[in-house]
Order: sequence, then C-alpha cells, then structure tokens
Amino acid sequence: MSVRLSRPPALALIAVAVGAAIVLYLSDSWAAMLVCGLSGLFAAMWRREEAPGPIVQNRPPQPTEASDQPDLQSLIGALPDPALIVAAGRIATANRAALDLLGNHVLGDDVRLAIRHPAVTEYLFGGRPVTAAVRMELVGIGAPDQSWDLRIAPLSQTHQLVLLSDRSARQAAERMRVDFVANASHELRTPLAGILGFIETLKDGEAGADTPTRERFLAIMEGEARRMQRLIDDLISLSRIEADKFRLPDQTVDLADLVTEIAAVVRENGHERGRDLVVDSGLARAPVRGDQAQLSQLLHNLVSNAMKYGQPGTPFTIAVRPDSADTVRLSVTDEGDGIAPEHLPRLTERFYRIDSSRSRAIGGTGLGLAIVKHIVERHRGRLQIDSVPGKGTTVSVVLPVANGPDASTKA
Amino acid sequence: MTEHTVKAFDQEIGELRAMVAEMGGRAEAAIADAMTALRRRDLELAQQVVGNDRLIDELEARLEKLVVQTIALRAPMADDLRVIIAALRIAGVVERIGDYAKNIAKRVPLISHLAGEEPLALLPSMGQTVREMVKDALDAFAARDADKALAVIDQDRAVDDFYNSVFRTMVTFMMENPRTISESAHVLFIAKNLERVGDHATNVAEMVYYAATGQHPPERVRGQDILQQQDQ
Repeated sequence: MSVRLSRPPALALIAVAVGAAIVLYLSDSWAAMLVCGLSGLFAAMWRREEAPGPIVQNRPPQPTEASDQPDLQSLIGALPDPALIVAAGRIATANRAALDLLGNHVLGDDVRLAIRHPAVTEYLFGGRPVTAAVRMELVGIGAPDQSWDLRIAPLSQTHQLVLLSDRSARQAAERMRVDFVANASHELRTPLAGILGFIETLKDGEAGADTPTRERFLAIMEGEARRMQRLIDDLISLSRIEADKFRLPDQTVDLADLVTEIAAVVRENGHERGRDLVVDSGLARAPVRGDQAQLSQLLHNLVSNAMKYGQPGTPFTIAVRPDSADTVRLSVTDEGDGIAPEHLPRLTERFYRIDSSRSRAIGGTGLGLAIVKHIVERHRGRLQIDSVPGKGTTVSVVLPVANGPDASTKA
Repeated sequence: MTEHTVKAFDQEIGELRAMVAEMGGRAEAAIADAMTALRRRDLELAQQVVGNDRLIDELEARLEKLVVQTIALRAPMADDLRVIIAALRIAGVVERIGDYAKNIAKRVPLISHLAGEEPLALLPSMGQTVREMVKDALDAFAARDADKALAVIDQDRAVDDFYNSVFRTMVTFMMENPRTISESAHVLFIAKNLERVGDHATNVAEMVYYAATGQHPPERVRGQDILQQQDQ
C-alpha cells in the first residue's frame, strides 16, 4: 500500500462505494454489493496511510513571520541581572531586575535619577560621545553597602546598554573571613585565660585537694566554657547571616504566628521572668517576606534581652502593630534601667557593652543586637531603639508587608 | 499652552531634577571619600575631595541659570513654580553638604597623630549613619517617595545623639590629654560637620515630603540638646 492518498479523496471514495452499495442492494445484486464493500475497505486502509514526514525529526519551529524576530525589549526582559537601555540620556527599556533594584519609577526618567554615581554621570553626560565599552565598580545601589560591577556598552550613536552585576556576595564572604578571626580571637581569649588559670591552680596540690575550693573552681570553669560555647554559636550565626545579607528572603512568614509561638516557648520554659510576658496582639495576621528561622532568632534575641535587662517582676511586652500602608511594626518593650542616649547609636556594634561586668554576669555574648541588626537589614527593614533611662526600653523592627503569594515585586 | 510648550517645559523640569540628582551623587561621593581619607589618613584622597568640590559648585551655578531661564521663558504658575523652586532649594542644600565634606577633608592632614585613639573610633559609625541619610534622602527625591523621606527625618535624632556622645568623649579626652587639644578640636569640628550634614539631609527629606504630599511632615522628636541647662 504505497500509494499516497490524502484524506478528502479517500473519504469521497468511501462515500461513493457506500452509495453504490446501497443502490446495488436495492437492486438485489449481492456480488456487486460485496465488490463495493471491499473497495470501501481498501479506501479506508489507504486513508490510514499518513503522508511521510521530513527525514530529520523534532527540530524547533522555523521563524516564518517578521514578528518572530526578537526585539531589544524581549532581549533585555530575558536577562536575569539588572539591565537598562539608555537613549538620549533617558531609560528607554528596563528589565524586572532593574526596576526592582532602582524603583519602578525609573522607566522613562533621566538615567541620573536612577544612578547618580559621578563615574557614571561623567561618562554618559560628560559631553564626549560614548564610543567604547567601560566597566566600573560601584557601591551603594540598593542597600547602602552593596557593591556592583557596572558595564556600559554603546549600541548605536544614541543608545547604550547598561548592565549591573552584584559583587557584594563575593566581597561579603571575603570580609567575613577576616572579621571572624579578629572578633573570635579577642572575645574567646578572656574566658580561655580564666579556664587555664583555674586548671593551673587545681593542678597545684593544695587547692586541688580541698573539695569546696575544687567544686567552686570547677563551677566557674564550667560557666566560662559555656560562655565560650554560646559565643561561638553566636559568631557562627552572625557569619552565616552576613554571608546571606544581600540575598532577599523568599518565604512568607506570619509575624503574629511567630509571636504566639515564641510566647508559648517562653512561658513553658519555667524561667521566673516567663510569667512577666505580655503579648499585645494588635494584628491577627501580619505576613512579611522573610526567613522563618532568622525572624525567629531575631525575636528570641529581643525577648532574651528584655528578660535579662528588665526589672524582675515587671512586665515585658511583645507587640505586632501596623506601621504604615505597607509596613508592620514588631516591638519588644521592657521596664528595665533604660539606656542613656549616648549609648544608643552604638548598641548594635559587636561586643559593645554599657556595663561589661553586668553583661557578662547575666550571660550575654555582646552579639545579640548585632545579629538582630543584620537580620533586619537582610529583610530590608528598619531597626529602632527607644529608651528612657529609669523607665525602660523599646526595640522595634519595621518590616515591609508581603503582597500575596508572589511577593517578588517588592524590593 | 500649546502641547509643544508643555513638552519642552516637562523636559526642563526633568533636566532640573536630573541635575539635582547628579549633584547629590557627587556630594555623596565627597562624604564617602572624606571619611575614607580620614580613616586611612590618605592625604591624596583628601586633596581630591577638596578639588572635586568645584564640580559641585559649577553644577549648582548651571542649575541656577536653568531655573532663571525656565522661569523667564515659561512663566510657570502654582505647582509648576513650586517644583522649580523646590529644585533650586534642594540644590542649595546639596551644595552645602558638599562643602561640609570638603571641610572634613581639609582637616585630615591636621589630625594624623590621634588616629587609632578612642575619639576617632566613633566617627566612622557616625559617618555611616549620615551617609545613609543622604542616600535615602536623594533616593526619596528621585522616587518622590514621602514614606522614605519620613524615615530619613526619623534618623536625625540618632545623629544628634551620636554628636552629643562624641562631644562628651572629646571634652573628657581633652581634659586628660591637654597636648592633643588642637587636634581634638579638629575632631570635634568634623563631628559637628557630620551632624550638620545629617540636618541638611533632613531638610532635603522635608522638602521632598512636602513636594510629594502637599503637607509639612509631622514635628520631629529632637535629640537631647546639650545646650539646655543640666538641671532641667
């Protein structure tokens, strides 16, 4: 059956055969009807023959119309890193990543309103035509310390391509390594020196033999060792958070749920201060774009401070309230001694303590607020510390609200 | 007004705003470089900052000219006039921020001996906060963002507190180390300059807020005023 027959003629043949069969039936000739039936069958079998396809199979479709040719708009839109096309000093085209970074308003604006670094403005508005591609390193687009590789390439007499590539992750990793060694060695040396000192003393016959003395020294050594352990945990925590600082979190976390969770943990802990916890549930739901583990750690650190520094027996409050049209405020308030205004700006510095001995006695590592600050920065939020000496302190975190399931449009 | 005239006017306003942004970028770079020069005791970088201030001044002069030309040519009314005047005022404030950065850079060669001592340790943090305020104020201007402007206004109190902290520390330091009084005075001036830059960033933010909402921002909480009598 190698005769090629396309559908319409085959169907016509079947129709004719059937028609003829009916006519012959009516004229009572069985043999003739059989012949018609058989030819109808042959026609059906022919019909099933498909036209043989091209020899090479499964190629992607060929462009057939002019609209298949890609244009600049779709090219820029497909790039993952921020990209702009600048025409006559204005941003003619920008992709999603660029709008998220620079703001939705920049499309159509003068490029100087989006990127105002002197190196860039000099190159594009310096009076000389842009003829060669350049590469610059810039700091301060998006987050204050975020560093970028910016490339400008001429596309024509009037159009330039601007590409941005994020360098901050690499830089953060390098700086972290250096910082970690510096911080860790300094703060770990003190308790370690204490432990070694006590070990020396216990090795000496007299002190070691006296049981009460030995027990007291061992208790101190255990305390110092646990302090070092907490310190190392916090340092590693801080390093991890810093490394991730420029990657936006991608989960949606409900702050109201988080508060309920932590409140339950605090109350069940059995700590004396647990009874003083008050939850001010201003909002039933407060979804923010965030990292569950980090926000949990943030709240834990703030609550821990309130419990440590608030006066025993006084209440400490966790509140979740709306802050503005698109932000929500999480705050922890205690009634402790308060903090003098001159210390406030430095509170989030690593290992900054107002009263070293008191802080160490309570078991603080000096890193709690530094960790909180970095988590807040990663979440593109704002940290605010208000305090009245003698009355108490409120630490607030303002975070952008998440819009629906896909929060990718909020920078 | 014919469409042609309106379009040209829009272009002029766009150019004015872009020039303000350009000046802002230079002023930001000036503060950053001045503080880097201070931290590293980099005399060459400090020299560059002083030299580059001329460019900010030139931009301001060009902007003034464009403002006058636009007003003369277009005779703008109401909102249009307000926008142009706002651009002129903000440019003036930005130019002063540049001047403070230049002033800081000029003092770098004069305080090399104190480097590494406690008083200088406070300045980088203060500088960082001030730089962020300037950046946020200029970002708010470019985006016409009233909320961002409000956030800047809130931060001014932190800078005032910082300055008070530096002042107290320096006074103590000077009493204990009288031979360093000359250099310590320069450190104090640098701190004051940074505090003034913070105030100017707040001014820009207030003007942006007004331009965006038509209302003045709510009265801001001020930091403790050390000029007030102690026993109040």
